[in-house]
Amino acid sequence: MSRPTLAVWKFASCDGCQLTLLNCEDELTDLLRALDVAYFPEATRAASPGPFDISLVEGSITTPADAERIVEVRRLSRCLVTIGACATSGGIQALRNTADVDEYRRLVYPRPDLVAVLDRSTPIATHVTVDVELPGCPVDRHQLLEVIDALLHDRRPRLPTYGVCVECRRAEAACVLVSRGLACLGPVTRAGCGALCPRHGRGCYGCFGPQEAANPSALSDRLVAEGTPRRDVVHLFRTVTAGAEPFRREAARQEEARQEEADRS
Amino acid sequence: MRPVDVVRVAALARVEGEGGVTVRMDGGRVTDVELRVFEPPRFFEAFLRGRAAAEAPDLTARICGICPVAYQLSACAAVEHATGVEVPDTVRRLRRLLYCGEWIQSHALHVHLLHAPDYLGCEGVSDLSAAHPGLVARGLRLKQTGNRVLETVGGRSVHPVTVRVGGFHALPSLAAVKALRPVLAKALDDALATVRLVSGFDVPDLEHPHEYLALRSGTGYPMETGDVVTSGGSAFPVTDYGQHVVEEQVAHSHALHARLDGQRPFVVGPLARYALNADRLTGAAAGAAREAGLGAVCRNPYRSIVVRAVETVYAVEEAQRIVDDWDGEGPAFVDVPFGEGRGTLTGHGATEAPRGVLYHRYTLADDGTITDAVIVPPTSQNLASIEADLRTVAEADPDLPFEEITRRCEAMVRAYDPCISCATHCVTVLPSGEDSDHEKAGG
Repeated sequence: MSRPTLAVWKFASCDGCQLTLLNCEDELTDLLRALDVAYFPEATRAASPGPFDISLVEGSITTPADAERIVEVRRLSRCLVTIGACATSGGIQALRNTADVDEYRRLVYPRPDLVAVLDRSTPIATHVTVDVELPGCPVDRHQLLEVIDALLHDRRPRLPTYGVCVECRRAEAACVLVSRGLACLGPVTRAGCGALCPRHGRGCYGCFGPQEAANPSALSDRLVAEGTPRRDVVHLFRTVTAGAEPFRREAARQEEARQEEADRS
Repeated sequence: MRPVDVVRVAALARVEGEGGVTVRMDGGRVTDVELRVFEPPRFFEAFLRGRAAAEAPDLTARICGICPVAYQLSACAAVEHATGVEVPDTVRRLRRLLYCGEWIQSHALHVHLLHAPDYLGCEGVSDLSAAHPGLVARGLRLKQTGNRVLETVGGRSVHPVTVRVGGFHALPSLAAVKALRPVLAKALDDALATVRLVSGFDVPDLEHPHEYLALRSGTGYPMETGDVVTSGGSAFPVTDYGQHVVEEQVAHSHALHARLDGQRPFVVGPLARYALNADRLTGAAAGAAREAGLGAVCRNPYRSIVVRAVETVYAVEEAQRIVDDWDGEGPAFVDVPFGEGRGTLTGHGATEAPRGVLYHRYTLADDGTITDAVIVPPTSQNLASIEADLRTVAEADPDLPFEEITRRCEAMVRAYDPCISCATHCVTVLPSGEDSDHEKAGG
């Protein structure tokens, strides 16, 4: 029986999610036995023309050329899995979505006319059908292995839809929002990291994006009422998952409120 | 001899990020060399404007998933410099331990999985693990040790969560730090075995002429701090980085190339660090360098794999020293105050990323808002030298079959362990349409 083929693709990103695959040191040998790594430029020169059984896609779409390339990747892939905050929500580079990209170009490049980029950084699902989405900045190694295992066994991956607060309670970690008054996105962020930040003395900053049925407005109203400056609340929602709709909307709402306050004073 | 040839590597494999090489030749002479970058720009320096200085470590970490600690610590150094804050010794040592983890992880990955295949006739991780299972297992064990150190100090290995301006959000437990001892002891054996293996690789003869630039500090091999020194005899503080290292646009590649004092191409990274700090190696690392026959200076870029292996030994030993001395006492951080009416502040920070000096400069408003940011990653500083070396390699034996010249050019680029994700912000992508062979990769 031939092994299923795996391809790993990179769009605008930092490489950290692909590295998470290579960071499965204990499982890597078994993975290489179970899968035929047919296209993974970061790890091998060998390149098959496809098609591929499983495609892992890292990164967001930020250029006209990449918008065409992802369509081709979809065509070549039986099952397409997006890995990481860039691929699932546009990533940190989606911070341009609320800015003037022409100005950004002029700021960073002496020859801005040569930089062919789109005004917005968008997730893969904006462009093609995605079979499984795995959030995280970076993705969690165990969740990544769970997805690959599920696909190899033709079952649905078990991924949490609840929030970071549940992970904190499980870890019996003190709530940093209540006990220390730290701004924490835990109540609205999807589980996956194991409540890393609260367990290390800081508030969650939303690496895994919004959880299902998140209520970011309630959280930010409370943060503002307890004295967090509106600008900081806006920034809290605008980091690595700024493009995820509930976070984008809440940041815009806070930005508007901030503007109104400024206009009044 | 072919009249006009183009060696084109559609997509460079086994490098971080996406790039390609074009070498144009005419009658055995190289007419044009280009390290092309497909990575789209992500505009970090632009969106940092308006953000709080305290956010710089977490935001800039996302430039590179392979060396996030380098970005976090250069950002911290720059912001702390701007505010005149000195971190306590506890913080300094813990940062160094964290950095050791990143060096071990990054070097183990490059030496075993990305670079070694070039000397063992393999395409990559799959056929390498079939042909050399012991080497792959050892590389993965070492990489895992690096990740274990990163997780212990940083919470996770890719984009650690504990680093903050002024120190750490939380210190690791004493037990967790001490639990690293047996892991590091095993890693030392593995790291020494790796030096013995790679120093026996048959590498092409090549001596490149470039000037070396690295940090050098009062004690130890340079990592999280130091002043700048070069093999040409220059020495200057990090605050003068922007006056000496100037990025300029060159016509042939649409890329910004960094030049030293406006003219000379230079090299940062393991070869430069070693040449300027070999006397700082101690213990098993010094012995390993001697046995590998590195000498005081190594000028063959292909042998950078040996220097990386020696630096891995150093990072393991240094981590052992810090872990042994660690008593778990001391403050996790010091406050970095803003809003004290000091007006505009400027801060410079440089650390030794696995791939070489990484420089950050921030201009801050009185309340700590970033008004200007400059980030100079290691790979962009090496671009001019990489292209010069590509020219040398392609011209050395122009009658070789095309496939062989291509392979040698690829291996040359990989010897620098370029991180194209990092370099992107200062390398302009080709005008749309010219990067069409990228779309064909894999398809």
